[in-house]
Amino acid sequence: MHGRRISLIQMASLLAVMLMVAGGAAWVSPDTPTTSHTADKRRTSAETPQSFPVVVNRPQSSPRVDLGVLDGDGQPVSAACATCHATRPPNLANRSAADLDEFHQGLAFSHGKLTCLACHNGEDYDALKLADGTSVEFPDVMTLCGQCHGPQTRDYLHGSHGGMNGFWDLSRGPRTRNNCVDCHDPHAPQFPKMMPTFKPRDRFLSPQNSAAASHEGLHQ
Amino acid sequence: MIDSHQDDGPNDQGSEFMPLPVVTPEVNRRTAMKATGAALGLAAFGTAISPLATLPDKVSLDEFLQKHYKELDDDDKERILERLASETRENYGADVTVSDHRPTPGVKFGYAINLSKCNGNGKCVEACHTENNHDRATGQSYIRVLEMDKGSMDMETGNTTYDHTVPQDDKFYMPVQCQQCDNPPCVTVCPIEATWKEDDGIVVVDYDWCIGCRYCEAACPYHARRFNWQEPEIPADEVNPEQSYLSNRIRPAGVMEKCHFCLHRTREGRMPACLEACPTGARVFGNLNDPDSELVWILKNKRVFLLKEELGTEPSFFYFFDE
Repeated sequence: MHGRRISLIQMASLLAVMLMVAGGAAWVSPDTPTTSHTADKRRTSAETPQSFPVVVNRPQSSPRVDLGVLDGDGQPVSAACATCHATRPPNLANRSAADLDEFHQGLAFSHGKLTCLACHNGEDYDALKLADGTSVEFPDVMTLCGQCHGPQTRDYLHGSHGGMNGFWDLSRGPRTRNNCVDCHDPHAPQFPKMMPTFKPRDRFLSPQNSAAASHEGLHQ
Repeated sequence: MIDSHQDDGPNDQGSEFMPLPVVTPEVNRRTAMKATGAALGLAAFGTAISPLATLPDKVSLDEFLQKHYKELDDDDKERILERLASETRENYGADVTVSDHRPTPGVKFGYAINLSKCNGNGKCVEACHTENNHDRATGQSYIRVLEMDKGSMDMETGNTTYDHTVPQDDKFYMPVQCQQCDNPPCVTVCPIEATWKEDDGIVVVDYDWCIGCRYCEAACPYHARRFNWQEPEIPADEVNPEQSYLSNRIRPAGVMEKCHFCLHRTREGRMPACLEACPTGARVFGNLNDPDSELVWILKNKRVFLLKEELGTEPSFFYFFDE
């Protein structure tokens, strides 16, 4: 038993190292468009050739900013980022909405010590950029997140981070997976607090019921 | 004795004795005993079959005489599944399909929960409730989420009735459901083999065979079994029509039930309902026999623990932490 444990640990660490090397190589490769593609290809080509796809949600092309006014038909008016930013020089010193004197007022920002232009592309506001300056389209945002969040990306690629739907057995059906920004607001990425909405009336393990439960001999 | 009295009778004019009833000479002690025995036998037989005459309204003769699930042939199953569907139509006004999902050869199910991610929001509890046709009034579910003090792994100290925003800083949250043990105490104690472990690792209950003694409920160290105190009440439009004999078909009153890893979904290759409902992505489901599965990667690479491991129940259910 002891020997088996050790060999398991050895196998695990070996696997982890191999995966890190492989993952790292995939990461820096400029041919890799998104993490999702990497994961999908590896899975489909190597293991189960005729398996169904794992589809990762992708954000819309590039976001539009709600201007807070209605047009003649009563529809909200929105504008592409470049509509305003094309004529304004980027200010590299801005760290959050609090630094701005117009637009994006009240945007909650809580993402470490990043500045706006750490992720937004100052040369093309309808895109994002990596740390080395390479432009990244909004739908490929996971590549951007993965630069800093290595453990989360590793876990995501192995299916132990991020919600999913569909089939556990890809030979019988497809699967859809969440994108980073489906669950994490990029400006305030901590997962929000929630209020439990559903409670069974439970006879076990609750302080007010424990006396009744032990009376029935169901609870130590 | 009787005969001599009769002989003496006519000659004894002054006697106070009234004439005794005439008894045919053939009746002796032996025949009397026979008659009594036959009467008693008939009475015993009548008592033995009396349940047939006093069947509860909702139990058909067919159901009463039904054999154990493992003894049913395909024709029996077809008839029973059809009967269950028609009973649901009659009692709940819902059109449902009751199937019989069997294990896939080579598959052994496992489930892992990331306690670094679970925030106790309880969406899994609710998903189980609606997926598995639980009684609406009691809010029954196969899952409990325990709010635990950080630093303790003793599930008996957990609290299920917390009612505030989650997660709290000094707490962690641990969902507990059937651990689908490889050495299941609930199966061992069942006096009539109404519950057993199937080839893919799922411990199932034949709801039509269970007598409701609740030994299994007492034996389960995870408090994972539930008893149907009364007939579940579910509005017709809320009944989940995708049902299976050993999983989420509507259970009768007075029988035990438990988490079956949503076998009506998972044996078709789909994810369990509680996993799809989880907003934090804390749940990972898969095939333990597949070395490339996400589940096996977690077992090899994460800090994994078993609940009440010291009891030797050998769960197929794992808890892990991110770092």
